[in-house]
Amino acid sequence: MIPEAAVMNANLIDPMVPIPVRIQKLVWETDNVYTLYLKPNGEFKSGFKFSPGQFNMLYAFGKGESAISISSNPYKANTIIHTIHRVGNVTTALSQLKKGDYIGLRGPFGSSWPLDEAIGKDVCIIAGGIGLPPLRPVIYSMLRNRKDYGKLYILYGARSPLDLLFRVELEEWGKLFDVEVLVTVDHGDTSWKGYIGVVSELLNYINLDMNNTTAMICGPEIMMKFTIEDLLEKGFPENNVYLSLERNMKCAVGFCGHCQLGPKFICKDGPVFNFPEIRHFFEKKEI
Amino acid sequence: MHPENLSEVLRKHPFISDLEDEYLQTLLSCASNVTYSDGDYLFREGEEATKFFLIRTGKVALELHASERGTIRIETIGPGEVLGWSWLISPFRWHFDAIAVEDIRAFALDGKCLRTKCESNHDFGYEMYKRFSKILEHRIKITRLQLLDVYGLKRVERA
Amino acid sequence: MKFVERDTLDPIFDILKNDGYKIIGPTIRDNAIIYDEITSTKDLPEGWTDDQDAATYHLERRNDKALFGFASSPQSWKKFLFPPRLKLMQFSRDGKGFSVEKSDGVHQKYAFIGVRSCDLEAISIQDKVFKDGQYVDPYYKEFRKNIFILAVNCTKAGGTCFCDSMNTGPKAKRGYDLALTEVLEDNKHYFTIESGSEAGNTILEKIKNRDASENEIKKADELIDSAAKDMGRHLDTTGIKELLYDNLEHPQWDDVAKRCLTCTNCTLVCPTCFCSTVEDVTDLTGDNAERWRRWDSCFTLDYSKVAGGNFRSSSRARYRQWMTHKLATWIDQFGTSGCVGCGRCITWCPVGIDITAEVQAIRNNPIKIQTK
Repeated sequence: MIPEAAVMNANLIDPMVPIPVRIQKLVWETDNVYTLYLKPNGEFKSGFKFSPGQFNMLYAFGKGESAISISSNPYKANTIIHTIHRVGNVTTALSQLKKGDYIGLRGPFGSSWPLDEAIGKDVCIIAGGIGLPPLRPVIYSMLRNRKDYGKLYILYGARSPLDLLFRVELEEWGKLFDVEVLVTVDHGDTSWKGYIGVVSELLNYINLDMNNTTAMICGPEIMMKFTIEDLLEKGFPENNVYLSLERNMKCAVGFCGHCQLGPKFICKDGPVFNFPEIRHFFEKKEI
Repeated sequence: MHPENLSEVLRKHPFISDLEDEYLQTLLSCASNVTYSDGDYLFREGEEATKFFLIRTGKVALELHASERGTIRIETIGPGEVLGWSWLISPFRWHFDAIAVEDIRAFALDGKCLRTKCESNHDFGYEMYKRFSKILEHRIKITRLQLLDVYGLKRVERA
Repeated sequence: MKFVERDTLDPIFDILKNDGYKIIGPTIRDNAIIYDEITSTKDLPEGWTDDQDAATYHLERRNDKALFGFASSPQSWKKFLFPPRLKLMQFSRDGKGFSVEKSDGVHQKYAFIGVRSCDLEAISIQDKVFKDGQYVDPYYKEFRKNIFILAVNCTKAGGTCFCDSMNTGPKAKRGYDLALTEVLEDNKHYFTIESGSEAGNTILEKIKNRDASENEIKKADELIDSAAKDMGRHLDTTGIKELLYDNLEHPQWDDVAKRCLTCTNCTLVCPTCFCSTVEDVTDLTGDNAERWRRWDSCFTLDYSKVAGGNFRSSSRARYRQWMTHKLATWIDQFGTSGCVGCGRCITWCPVGIDITAEVQAIRNNPIKIQTK
């Protein structure tokens, strides 16, 4: 994880200076989640390279920056994709921009999902809500190198059917014979014929090979906490559990101190962690 | 279906895979195979709760009617899971509608019959209560998580 | 080890000034000894000392003319290496896009006069944070390149000092260009002095000095030893990381929470605290923006804001964050403790919270660890 990220970062021009990149389009996914498609230019002209799990700092002119996971296909370096939850000043400012506008971009930063460690194993992806975008690059990578991996399970939960992200892609992935996609919502109406309930319940309907599976989990922290508890209760080895954390980031390079969780800087030691690394401090009240 | 075959198949369901043989026979004596089609109601709110189901394939959605909001589906019960606990706890009436959202194959267990067996054989009754209280505990836990609305709309801050 | 007379200090200042250095040293202002620009030894707090204790600081007259006869100042050298406010870059709109202009680093050379061993160690700790990690802070690196350090070994411990416990003094071990020990004996007033670098050697060659005699060296060492034995506080650092990791829910945190005002004084005066925040501001036209870095503190409510709320809202949690970071998680992050035992946080806490006492309270009665 870390060596990959370090190689990435050595290629950065200057990690502290945002590079202007152009918006190719802005698409609303739900009423408060939108996706930005960005054209790499300037120093990124030859394509934007990143590892799945890494994030960029996106700058809205005069307003500030926000740390957003990269959601593009690592093998399609000519578009940078970010799916963003509109929740504060910066993400609101970015959401008001249009095709042709420019935003600032610094990155990529952080550690990445354990695609190398998972070679030869089954992979179980568990995503909740806005946690699916940071995992999408993993799915792209795995499908591109399909024979390197065993079974692929994608378990996804959202608030309601209207809040499901990437619905078309989920359905496409589900059609592949060696990929199992299960989707659940917290509640639905009579047109919803999928599962209803918390995402960890979906584990009841698949038959994981406990000792030969890598779990990659992303979503609201409390969802990750309960999902991991359930996995461990079922006998899943904690060494095979990986999760992606989030904190309010200001600098993204380990100087400002804001993103610390115990001894870990989520911007440079994470955001992807192997569960035992952070177990002691994870989800402890007010840590 | 021959009783022995039913017993083998029943044994495989997670709810009773570790149940003692003697109790399995008791359950068997009140069990039958059932199927439902997509769109069938297995039971309706307010009706007497006379059975419970061990789902084998397909999923069932629990529905509530809230007048302005229409019909809301609040939970699905899927393969390997248990549907229905109201048969065991008075007033023995269903609290929700249960509708098949896929074709269902399940075991239906006769609740009235089993309640009588629980009364006459308290050891058997204790086994049933142990298992169902675990199911209820789990349901409460996941219902609370749903209540937390973890993906919910967050307040947008203004400058 | 060399010997120089007290009056050799001004010539040293002159050489540095000629070399383009701004001299920064201790001087009295607003009833405190602070670090600021000075021109000669006349600006030093000759004959003054400080009386420090929890929530207590005042100056007192000595009965001699010692130039460095005091302990720590409310400020530390981070004021210069890691300025409280720094403009990082500016942006200007350019059609639909914008251009970025990074700030030029400050190229001023500073000579720090009178750096105590604890503060030397603090500088080396901040070096690890800003210069020696995966990323390098270019502004810090630039400031740091141009510093000349004249260290002073303490011959008197302060009321809240505990550098001895933290193994960071009172004798300066490394990281200085020149190190002095001030000796006042009978009618004599001199310094034993040694060089720690090429730059230090160059200065020594230009000033009047001779080899120090055995007696003089012995006298200087005795003074330093007496400071070591006379520390105002002690902190037992045995297994301190595990102690704090295992006691995150200790009732002592509730006790501190009753007293702590979350005023952030401790983080302001601490020489190793490095948290900052970044602010983007525009002018009225909205066409020009600037990015500024300024000091931040884990004690503010804002510090732990995330989308949807604040996850460290109680003062209990915030004090715990500061102390466990300083003494425990810092070790996992940077390989050393974050505390140098300067005692400033104890002196400048308005309610006198004493970090050494808080650790002792937990140590006296740790929570029994439950095995999972």
